[in-house]
Amino acid sequence: MNASSYLLEATYLVASVFFVLGLKGLSHPDSARRGMIMAAAGMAAAVFGTLFHAGIVSYTWILVGLVVGSSIGIPMAMVPMTAMPQRTALSHAFGALAASLVGVAEYAIHGTSMGPVKMGALGFEVMLGSLTTTGSLIAAAKLQELMRGTPIQFKGQHIVNLLLALTMVGCYLGWLTHPGAAVFFYSMIGCALLFGIMLVIPIGAADMPVVMSLLNSYAGLSSAATGFVLSNNVLIIAGTLDGFSGFILSILMCKAMNRSITNVLFGGFGAVTGTDTGGAAGTMREVSLDDVAVQLAYANQVVFVPGYGMATAQAQHAVRELGNILEERGVSVKYGIHPVAGRMPGHMNVLLAEANVPYSSLYEMDQVNPELPSTDVAVVIGANDVVNPDARDNPQSPIAGMPIIEVDRARSVIVLKRGKGKGFSGLENPLFFKSNTGMLYGDAKTSLSGLVQAVQKV
Amino acid sequence: MNPAILIAVVFAVQGTEAEPGNLPIPVLIASLYVFVLAAFLGYQVISRVPPLLHTPLMSATNAISGISLIGSIVIAGEHANTLSTVLGTIAVTSAMINVTGGFLITDRMLKMFRKKDTVKAEEKK
Repeated sequence: MNASSYLLEATYLVASVFFVLGLKGLSHPDSARRGMIMAAAGMAAAVFGTLFHAGIVSYTWILVGLVVGSSIGIPMAMVPMTAMPQRTALSHAFGALAASLVGVAEYAIHGTSMGPVKMGALGFEVMLGSLTTTGSLIAAAKLQELMRGTPIQFKGQHIVNLLLALTMVGCYLGWLTHPGAAVFFYSMIGCALLFGIMLVIPIGAADMPVVMSLLNSYAGLSSAATGFVLSNNVLIIAGTLDGFSGFILSILMCKAMNRSITNVLFGGFGAVTGTDTGGAAGTMREVSLDDVAVQLAYANQVVFVPGYGMATAQAQHAVRELGNILEERGVSVKYGIHPVAGRMPGHMNVLLAEANVPYSSLYEMDQVNPELPSTDVAVVIGANDVVNPDARDNPQSPIAGMPIIEVDRARSVIVLKRGKGKGFSGLENPLFFKSNTGMLYGDAKTSLSGLVQAVQKV
Repeated sequence: MNPAILIAVVFAVQGTEAEPGNLPIPVLIASLYVFVLAAFLGYQVISRVPPLLHTPLMSATNAISGISLIGSIVIAGEHANTLSTVLGTIAVTSAMINVTGGFLITDRMLKMFRKKDTVKAEEKK
């Protein structure tokens, strides 16, 4: 080792420490920004150090990549908050693509001179990277509604997937035993790319939070595998942190839906229709803007429960405006956020924070549920399954056991809904038929703005 | 568990340097140590992130795993052969998208999470 490579290792060490401290900062909103600035500084140090790597003979293509990457990355950071899920899916794809390309390039450089251990790690990196790339692209397309969000299923899907996976592993083993046979290597990549697509197409829109977290995890693990291939510790550490973060989020999301990861991946929600006839009958009571306004204005406590409908209607600012007016009248206003509301973990929190709701008003499901019996009005904005009492009361329901925000325990419930249709899971929601539930049909943003004016007149 | 101690351990086990093109067993073992310890550390640190910040967490870890940029930079600059340079350049581009985009959007999001007092002070202005 010469002086410059010691320097390089030093920057990598600094970067690793800063990454960990940066993530530690995320344990509280007050320390989060400072933490991420540290992490970014760590990244800058590592990249700067790498530019002095002894192996580099020309900077032309590095510069091209850095400039083009920045000019795509910066606009991608300016997207509206409602587009966060598809933006994040795209960045999983880019991360995984970078990892797998590094693997392919290593093979193109060293070919058969790589030992079996390195080849093993490299194959793993390229497989995981390739399937995450295509899988994330499909997820992004679904979220952007470039393709329909409903599960795409066909007969014998599991068998096709199994065969595909076996072929992929077969190619991998074939390549390990015949390192010169590039055909095995490239067939393996082909299978992985296809497998990524097959893995995500049968997954419905409502299950996206789990899939996003899983893809997050895979993208991180493929980066970690790159670290094994290049024997680079900072890559292993950063990749593993990313991989485990995604893994933890997947588990949390699955718990919030009372389902297992295998069930999400292979269940094809929406296609499975259990018996959901329990109690979901009767008439829905439609209420007028003025009635709701009076109820809200004279309430002691109001809880807003947002769902994906709030994001599609871009209604977060209107919610905040209504909340403001109510608070001025002395009403206590809280926001109850279900972990899987929206299309990615934390989706609703970001939207409401964007609309200037202070984070102390954003309540987690477990915090808000004890508040609901003493709440006068619970306002459900474009949420359905996460407030479906069947999950708690009807053991036959397909969503039985899923923890919900128990708005039905509030004295009165107002549901803002686009139309009389069912939710993404296609289930009836008995909440809508309860005597203390009022339905306010129409675009959420329009309804909320109407309520703002109506409350001011009360 | 104190993360600082773990980090110290992670780097204490850092072993032999690898020859390019090959991966000797001792290096692999050292890498495995780093991987396992980083996994424990990650579990400790990330379980403390509140659901409030799960979206920023995802974009932050995305930005951090853009560290594969350093591997891509070496490949793009080595000029070992045409294929590897092309692949390396594309890899630098995609990793750089995640690094710049990821850190910027995370910061943009985190700026939005404000305390009640701050929000009220801003609204008075």
